[in-house]
Amino acid sequence: MTTTTAAPAPGIARVETTTVETSGRDNKAGWLFSTPFLLLYALFLIGPVVLGLIISFFNTATVKSDLGRFVAFENYADVLGSLDFWKSMWHSTLFTLLTVPFLVVLPLLAAVFASRISRNQWLYRIAFFAPYVVPSASVCLIFAFMYAPEVGLFAKAFGAVGLPAPDFLGSTNGAWFAVTMLTVWWTFGFNFVLYTAALQEIPEETYEAAAIDGATPWQQLRSITVPLLRPTISLVLMLQILASLKVFDQIFILLQGGPNLSTRPVIQYIYDTGFTTYRGGYAAAATMVYFVILVAVSAVWMIATRRRGADA
Amino acid sequence: MTTLTQHAQRRETSKADKLGSKAFNRLAATCLTLSALIWLVPFAWSVITSFRPAEEITANPVAIWSDNYTFDAYTSAFKLNSIGWWYLNSFLISTLAVVFTVVVCSLIAFGLAHLRFKGKGALTVLILAGLMVPMEALVLPQFIEFRSLGLLGTYWALILPATASPVAVFVFRSFLKGIPEPLIEAARIDGASWWRIYRQICMPLCRPAVSAVAIFTFITTWNAFLWPLLVLTQTKSQTIPVGLSGLLGATGVNQAEVLASAVLGLLPLLVVFLVAQRQIVQGVASTGIK
Repeated sequence: MTTTTAAPAPGIARVETTTVETSGRDNKAGWLFSTPFLLLYALFLIGPVVLGLIISFFNTATVKSDLGRFVAFENYADVLGSLDFWKSMWHSTLFTLLTVPFLVVLPLLAAVFASRISRNQWLYRIAFFAPYVVPSASVCLIFAFMYAPEVGLFAKAFGAVGLPAPDFLGSTNGAWFAVTMLTVWWTFGFNFVLYTAALQEIPEETYEAAAIDGATPWQQLRSITVPLLRPTISLVLMLQILASLKVFDQIFILLQGGPNLSTRPVIQYIYDTGFTTYRGGYAAAATMVYFVILVAVSAVWMIATRRRGADA
Repeated sequence: MTTLTQHAQRRETSKADKLGSKAFNRLAATCLTLSALIWLVPFAWSVITSFRPAEEITANPVAIWSDNYTFDAYTSAFKLNSIGWWYLNSFLISTLAVVFTVVVCSLIAFGLAHLRFKGKGALTVLILAGLMVPMEALVLPQFIEFRSLGLLGTYWALILPATASPVAVFVFRSFLKGIPEPLIEAARIDGASWWRIYRQICMPLCRPAVSAVAIFTFITTWNAFLWPLLVLTQTKSQTIPVGLSGLLGATGVNQAEVLASAVLGLLPLLVVFLVAQRQIVQGVASTGIK
């Protein structure tokens, strides 16, 4: 992560002397400054994690206020043995496989192109990034009409090139196409901005030197830009995988997970079991399994990048 | 002799290369401008359609031309749905979330950046771990917790969870760390309390961080969908995204009305975006907040 880190405060030795006399008061002040955040953090972030873990061991019904019967690992066994859970898990994975290549490669190309052009930067920023800040519901309402059978923009576009338009909202393949296109349009700009920022860090002279040595733009791209951008590419890849695995809004609003739950992602599965069939304990166990998968993905990435960092 | 030819050769290639790169740049500009225009189509098309009269849309759904553009869809969107309420809810919730997040997160960030106290290291690790927690996966236990606290259906249910943001803490902390220690030491020696240092020295210097956190909190709170969907069940208490999502598949609403509502839903954010473009882009670039 490219978080801006400030330089360490100079003169550690000097600070040491003042700490000794004021440490008692600093202690109290430090905790006073931290208390409001810590209360909210404990209540609304740590609380739900712990509570979710507890509930997952009970036969809790979402509509009742008591925990229900202690069932140990029964919920987990049910979740892991549930075909519907694994189907929804697969749908989230499939969505990730469908969107990640587009959202990692296309923004990179666009950012590289944009970095070679000095004019019209504002246009690219507005066109590509503005969709990212608008709510999913607005995006879905707009695209729902663009996907309308026969009369929508997409159907017309397919017709214009002489192809039969798929049934975007009524068939499984069409639905995946629809959701992928919508997501690429909607979130493209985020990665575009990350790449653009990283490209600005590469000094102009590197390219100039390469150009003098006779490197073509394509060679420059291959032997300067891509290697220097590798950390950013892997960051974008990781953020994108995690974001895609968390898909919910688009699929829920546009398709309600349909046709026939054939696109229902895992978050909607948790939502359905927890809030439609009220199996709270079971849904909590599904949450925990999903949670572990997400954390495992980021842990693998962290280990991989650390190892690469050590090699370099 | 050889050096001369080499020199000539190099000049030749570099010239050819310059030409090649010029062609490449032109290609890049064309491709990019074309895709940018394509990218704007959904916005442009929905705005234009929302101003066309309903009969015309039924007759020809994708035409962009109309002889009689009208505001009808917007007025009826306000009349038919509770969109006015949704606006009010979204504005109140987002604004309060911004205020609370800025205050609460900057306070602890100040402590972490400039105070030495026992447990600070452990605290930092605890908040860092919070970055890993996917909130989307925790809605169920969160829902159960809020029900037992009696907070369901209230604004607080939406404001408070948004407030405890580890990302905001780290944005503030990295910014506050940039404030030179001697400045703070000097104020201490002059007898200023930590509270005064926070209020009168650090926060005024921290304005860019405040605006970055404020903008991001506003956007994410406004756009939140799953949690408000669960918490706010009455039509009038819903936020813009939840209210809008119900329009899809609702009977008796026409296309112009739905698109007008969609435009109304994204308009405030587009305004925020246009006003604060630079900060938003820089914020994403420097923190990778997603």
